[in-house]
Amino acid sequence: MLMEDTIAAISTPIGVGGIGIVRMSGNRALEIAGNMFRTKNNKKLEYFKNRYFNYGKIVDSEGNTVDEVLMVIMRAPNSYTKEDIAEIHCHGGIIPLRKILKIAIQHGARLAEPGEFTKRAFLNGRIDLAQAEGVMDLICAKTESAAKTSLLQMEGALSSKIREMRENLIDIMARIEVTIDYPEEDIEEVDKEQYAERFTFLIEEIDRLLSTAEQGKLIRQGIKVVIVGKPNVGKSSLLNALLRENRAIVTDIPGTTRDVIEESLDIKGVLVRILDTAGIRRATDIIEDIGIKRSKQSIQEADLILWVMDASRPYDDDDLEIAEDIKDKKKIVVLNKMDNPMVIDLQAINDHIGNAPVIKTSVKLGKGISDVEDCIHDMVMGGKVLAQDEVLITNLRHQEALIRAREHIEEALSALEKDIPLDLVSIDVREACDAMGTITGETVTEDLLDKIFSEFCLGK
Amino acid sequence: MEFYAGYYDVIVIGAGHAGCEAALAAARLNCKTAVFSISLEGIAMLACNPSIGGTSKGHLVREVDALGGQIGINTDKTFIQIRMLNTGKGPAVHSLRAQADKRKYHVSMKLTLENQENLDVKQGEVKAIKVLGKRVDGVLLTTGEYYKCRAVVVATGVYLKSRVIIGEFSSNSGPSGLFPANYLSRCLADLGFRLRRFKTGTPARVNRRSIDFTKMKEQPGDEIIIPFSFMNDSIVREQVPCWLTYTNSRTHEIIRQNLHRSPLYSGVIEGVGARYCPSIEDKVVKFKDKESHQVFIEPEGLDTLEMYAQGLSTSMPVDVQIAMYRTVPGLENVEIMRPAYAIEYDCIDPTQLKLSLESKDIEGMFFAGQINGSSGYEEAAAQGLIAGINAVQYIKDKPPLILDRSQAYIGVLIDDLVTKGTNEPYRMMTSRAEYRLLLRQDNADLRLTEAGRKVGLVDDKRYDRYMKKKELVEKELERIKEIIISPTDRILEFLERKGTSLIKSGITLYDLLKRPEIGYDDIEELGFDNKELGRQEREQVEIQIKYEGYIKKQIRQAEQFKKMENKIIPEDIEYDDISGLRIEARQKLKEIKPRSIGQASRISGVSPADISVLMVYIEKMRRSKIFEKRE
Repeated sequence: MLMEDTIAAISTPIGVGGIGIVRMSGNRALEIAGNMFRTKNNKKLEYFKNRYFNYGKIVDSEGNTVDEVLMVIMRAPNSYTKEDIAEIHCHGGIIPLRKILKIAIQHGARLAEPGEFTKRAFLNGRIDLAQAEGVMDLICAKTESAAKTSLLQMEGALSSKIREMRENLIDIMARIEVTIDYPEEDIEEVDKEQYAERFTFLIEEIDRLLSTAEQGKLIRQGIKVVIVGKPNVGKSSLLNALLRENRAIVTDIPGTTRDVIEESLDIKGVLVRILDTAGIRRATDIIEDIGIKRSKQSIQEADLILWVMDASRPYDDDDLEIAEDIKDKKKIVVLNKMDNPMVIDLQAINDHIGNAPVIKTSVKLGKGISDVEDCIHDMVMGGKVLAQDEVLITNLRHQEALIRAREHIEEALSALEKDIPLDLVSIDVREACDAMGTITGETVTEDLLDKIFSEFCLGK
Repeated sequence: MEFYAGYYDVIVIGAGHAGCEAALAAARLNCKTAVFSISLEGIAMLACNPSIGGTSKGHLVREVDALGGQIGINTDKTFIQIRMLNTGKGPAVHSLRAQADKRKYHVSMKLTLENQENLDVKQGEVKAIKVLGKRVDGVLLTTGEYYKCRAVVVATGVYLKSRVIIGEFSSNSGPSGLFPANYLSRCLADLGFRLRRFKTGTPARVNRRSIDFTKMKEQPGDEIIIPFSFMNDSIVREQVPCWLTYTNSRTHEIIRQNLHRSPLYSGVIEGVGARYCPSIEDKVVKFKDKESHQVFIEPEGLDTLEMYAQGLSTSMPVDVQIAMYRTVPGLENVEIMRPAYAIEYDCIDPTQLKLSLESKDIEGMFFAGQINGSSGYEEAAAQGLIAGINAVQYIKDKPPLILDRSQAYIGVLIDDLVTKGTNEPYRMMTSRAEYRLLLRQDNADLRLTEAGRKVGLVDDKRYDRYMKKKELVEKELERIKEIIISPTDRILEFLERKGTSLIKSGITLYDLLKRPEIGYDDIEELGFDNKELGRQEREQVEIQIKYEGYIKKQIRQAEQFKKMENKIIPEDIEYDDISGLRIEARQKLKEIKPRSIGQASRISGVSPADISVLMVYIEKMRRSKIFEKRE
């Protein structure tokens, strides 16, 4: 499993650059690339020349175009890893890259471990001994971060759901296996319809989870920063100032409304989505009320809050309400309009928000903007804000495992329908368990035997 | 008084199911061999149930047979009933099980040993195994004989410091009143082996005359006998039935009332028992809601009225045994001839062994059977055969025979034992095998006979049969791909009668046989079968066609697996030098000393990241060695 499958990864830094590259390596790399790539004249991938750019598009499982890309293939052994490699050069930005990677995984690639391309290059004799030390460091570093990641996974609702489904599968398998290993015990044989029902239920569960992962993708595109504040304190001006100084990333995220403006930008290498919300105050009319509700909704979803205040106005009840709304959130207080005399009571603010950093700005004069950027960057990199990147990788693994498991459950179900004996159906159930077990590192056999012996009374 | 008594190439300690296979294999491979047994009456004794085979165990018997072992042939000679289990399921899990005549089984195996060239059968208790340096030198008997040897196979079964427990009574005894081996445990411990205490049990033997069979359900053998050994095509024999009855609430009540007298619950028994082999008191306690448990009454042989009460294994006192047995329908007046008992014994931690079953620390010292923490005659025989072969390979300085998990249940068994160890007596199960569809009982010869031939254990007769079968099957598969069936009236009538869909245009016979409704024997009436094919070949052709898709799938999985198995870890690797390994992984790797990356990945506590580190390190090692050579 470790060296023989085909791996895929986004090979360019996320959120930077006009183009991005998804790379695959392994004995199925060309086959998978071929399955997801269409050229204008339907030229087959196997006729592509080595190391030449081929223009075409990537299509998803429904045949919809995902992106226009350039495909480069490098056949073994003339590649970095000495395996077949396919590189897909697509538009930069997280969305096309992630979509393409996901399609590759659906076609049978496995998400690469950190440093895995280099590891393969080394094991296949491509790079020299000195470079190998670097590989070791990479893998070792990975071990530690993996421990951290797995902790996150353990806590994640998604992974506990996966565990639950895996237990369901183990239970099905135990019921099948026990009648095989103990044919003479008077164990009630479960009829096939019941198994079929349970498989169908599991497939539905997986589909439901996969679709939530799809929705969740929007959240996972970077650190979500929400700008809040009373009306007319300079929220939109701050956003524009941040946008002016940083390259905005064009996204195709739907749902941008007139009430919540959203932009993605790259602040010193950190991918940030900034949402500018409608000003929060006690509503005076219905339309404004809707806007305010949406603002509050955005606050709930925020990883980090930029609370903008007009330093030239006193701290009032509207501020108090905002302070209440954001009290559980990581936040930065931005005291704007410092070009005017400062009226606001800093002590009162501190009393309400604890020890959040306070940055003084004058957006009008362009002062303090870079301090805001530094502060965002430091909070993210310093771990004060949860780095969504980790969750992103983790969840992609969950997705991958689920897609694999689903395939096998489908096969088990269709085998049942074809009246294939249960011991053969069980082969796919075991594979599905294995796929789900890759997340938690559990092995099937022991769990299965535990289940069999705890559930059934067996033996001479 | 110690004295030099002679020399053998291989000495086998113990003549149970492991010892017999080991001794026969070594002698047949032209090594001067001796096998010692505390009592020659104990040779190949079926100390527990009088049956051989069953799910996955039947597979093991076939595998041992395919490699040139004896258990299949001996069972075929002495069975009094035989059945193919799981016939309603897929071919991978069809399993043969035979009721053997306990006494005849022993007599027949004993005679085989006695007749075997190069083999001496001797009664005697081994007191110590002498080791010089890190190498076996010989064995010393309690009676003073010292035999020098090159290799030893330790196959002591349940005899090491064994203790039999019946209720409040216990006694230092081997099974069935035979002597225990009281000295060798100490020697093994001194040699550095970690000893554990396991426990197993057996039900009472009852007199046939005292049983009312009218209250039981008859369980006959199969009408058409399929033998174990690939050397036998068919056997015609009168069979005897087994009988099925059930425990009830009164049985369970008696057990519950007397639980305090069970040594299992009072703490008298220290050994670890197996989950799959619970006593009746275990079943009643753990599965309170189950109102009855099955009891099979099985004949112990044709020359005796003793019957084995499968399902009523217990360590209760005799008075409780009598009372509870007599609550079972048909056993109201039962006379117990031999009471049920539990037995405790010493065994070693099998992770101290290599995949060849040789000790990791002492050259020439091999272990097989229950001493390795397994249970079952078949599991023992499988290990005995491999240990016997590898003792010879060791002497001849040839590489050991190691079967992997994709080749044989034997491979699964040994890999599980030496890689993962076991916390309870280990029993083979089909669910332990990942590549079950490849490891069928019907194709054990196709999988293994070539390997048996290579080590020299498969004689010409067996090899010729195997070659012929292989060739016939291959040719037949080709032939039926060529035959086109057209939708003639006769064919359509045939298809309709078989309840399968009709055809509009011609299809190959191969595709027709893929249909679940049509078997190879069905095409006989159409005149399309090949008369040259016997039972075994027909079965093979049918299975290979019908399950082609799944078989291919498992072959792909097995190929992936093999690649990792073939990445061999150098024996001189220093795990302490590998900086990236986690401490737990390093300790486990140092202890288990895996042979390959694949084996390393199955050790609990070794993560995929550790495996990556290991692979990179090994490649580094390899390259720096090449570099050194160039210099």
